[in-house]
Amino acid sequence: MWNTVFPYLLSGISVGGQYALIAIGYTMVYGILRLINFAHGDVFMVAGIIMVYMAASGVPLWLCIPLVLILTAVIGFVIERVAYKPLRTAPRMSAMISAIGVSYTLQNLVLYVTGGLNQIYPTIPWISDSVTILGATTKMVTVVTPILTLILVVALVQLINHTKIGMAMRAVSRDFETSQLMGIKINRVISTTFVIGTFLAGVASVLYFTNYTTVIQTSGAMPGLKAFVAAVFGGIGSIPGAVVGAFIIGIAENIIKGLDIILFKAGVISGPMGLATFSDAFTFALLIIILAVKPTGLFGEKITDKV
Amino acid sequence: MNKKKIDSATIISAVIVLALYAAVFIAEQLIPATSMLFTVIKKGATYALVAVSMNLLNGFTGIFSLGQAGFMLIGAYVYGIFTIPVASRMDVYQYYNGGLVQFTLPVFAAMLLAGLAAAFFAFLIGLPVLRLKSDYLAIATLGFAEIIRALFQWDKLGPVTNGSNMLRLFPSFNDFNIKNADGTVAVYFSTLVPMLIAGVCIGVIILLINSTFGRALRAMKDDEIAAEAMGIRLASHKRLAFCISSFFAGVGGAMLAMYQTTVQAKSFTTAMTYEILLIVVIGGIGSVTGSCLSSFLFVAASEWWLRFLDQKQMIGDFEVPLLRNGFRLVVFSIIIMIVVLFFRQGIMGTKELPDLIRGLQGKNKGGADK
Repeated sequence: MWNTVFPYLLSGISVGGQYALIAIGYTMVYGILRLINFAHGDVFMVAGIIMVYMAASGVPLWLCIPLVLILTAVIGFVIERVAYKPLRTAPRMSAMISAIGVSYTLQNLVLYVTGGLNQIYPTIPWISDSVTILGATTKMVTVVTPILTLILVVALVQLINHTKIGMAMRAVSRDFETSQLMGIKINRVISTTFVIGTFLAGVASVLYFTNYTTVIQTSGAMPGLKAFVAAVFGGIGSIPGAVVGAFIIGIAENIIKGLDIILFKAGVISGPMGLATFSDAFTFALLIIILAVKPTGLFGEKITDKV
Repeated sequence: MNKKKIDSATIISAVIVLALYAAVFIAEQLIPATSMLFTVIKKGATYALVAVSMNLLNGFTGIFSLGQAGFMLIGAYVYGIFTIPVASRMDVYQYYNGGLVQFTLPVFAAMLLAGLAAAFFAFLIGLPVLRLKSDYLAIATLGFAEIIRALFQWDKLGPVTNGSNMLRLFPSFNDFNIKNADGTVAVYFSTLVPMLIAGVCIGVIILLINSTFGRALRAMKDDEIAAEAMGIRLASHKRLAFCISSFFAGVGGAMLAMYQTTVQAKSFTTAMTYEILLIVVIGGIGSVTGSCLSSFLFVAASEWWLRFLDQKQMIGDFEVPLLRNGFRLVVFSIIIMIVVLFFRQGIMGTKELPDLIRGLQGKNKGGADK
């Protein structure tokens, strides 16, 4: 029984870590701007595409990774300046529509550049190597992801709790206008948030695409949505919440992928049920349930409407 | 009903719309049926209906829903399932022994059923979802569309939905043409009928928007708390608006099935919802006329006018750079971003066709009345 479940659990933890890194970008941006950054998943995909093209043009891999991370952060910065900053005073829905527009634009740009073909992600040595853990064979990246995720999250929490810019971020997310009156440079704080968020999405893309090996213009959409669900699940605006939510969703999704086999081996069902179809849908069912039962998520703060 | 004076602007608008229909009918008889014009009109009419149904929620009620693709999927499937001729069912459901449903409904009955099925699902999903606020509601309805997409591809439902295989061989728009005994077309209706279906549905929506119910919705959009204080029951109004919008999205889905002649669940992605949302935004959130106009513009630009951007073009001996497959969509996205960022009102803002005519009349009279 354990031998059947364990490989799925393992890849669940790995994917969970990657979702966590993406989810942090969502939760931080939402915490500060109250904006669902629908383009975040596509930035993650673009990071993958940049990596493919950079490696193909002969840049050594050890240099590629830092360059991709920096470029991704720059893209995040530019998107915020071009598409969200002009709408700062507009109704909230305008910014969200703009985010959807950016997502549409990024996907079409990548479609144009790649011609809509699957791009093979370069094999990064060491993290692509096979390892055997407790009898299950997997890639090194599966082991590296959760550890790296935890290190980055701890670093980020330190940054937010103990630096000046972190304090500014907390202030802005609490009250936008008041913090502006207190002399906090709002635009700098928001840009920093985007840079950190997209940087982490870049890290996630290196780990994720090492695991799945192909990139296409739509590969960012699903991980993006799932990471957002993870952020909502954990209580949007809360970084530990997003991480916990991402791991739960990653594990649940992978267990469902193997549920047919697991249930069959356990003797619960006698034939294939095709339950793997629901591995994506489950995430959203979970979202609707959590929103109906506890709309603020696991660690979210309660917000009341004022007239 | 209250007696409202029908002013000249409304009459002129009605005449313009009727003239458009007449023009489409005449063009259809004269121009070869393979012309891009008719493809654009058919798809445009479909998108117009779905866009207006989305506008009813996003523009008039203030519910920001992103579940449109899911409701279209339900509509398309219900239409397909109930209209495939019994004789063709063995071919379509080849992996499921001919499927479970062994009868066919008339086309219009099936379309009605498509709408009702979508409305029923909307009712169910509305129970937990409509209590949520703006962007949470958006993401929950988006998630619902994804769940529906997975459900319809589930192998165990195969005898009804044909699993992940496509539905086909159901009546399409071309079956509205009246044919002679020898199979040649006598009178073309394949473009006029979708225009009529969309027109009737949009007409109903317009009546609804201008009714007491519609005014209550607008009040809710402006301020929920104030509207509640005025005695509007938020929950039931929201639920009803959500179901009505989904009903028309379902009918739109059935029309899309007829346009495409095949239906497959995996094509109803969130990208489709985004596209419709962008149409609504370009047309102007809160304007039915705008949604219709921008649907036709959107479809015409993406399917027809901008096609040349996807091929190599020579001006004399000079090859225009950048032009190759996919460039059309890049140009298109940039146009959309410009509209979203700088022309937030869209084409029409919240104005309708009669408002425009009144504006013109006002100018001619020297602006005497408003």
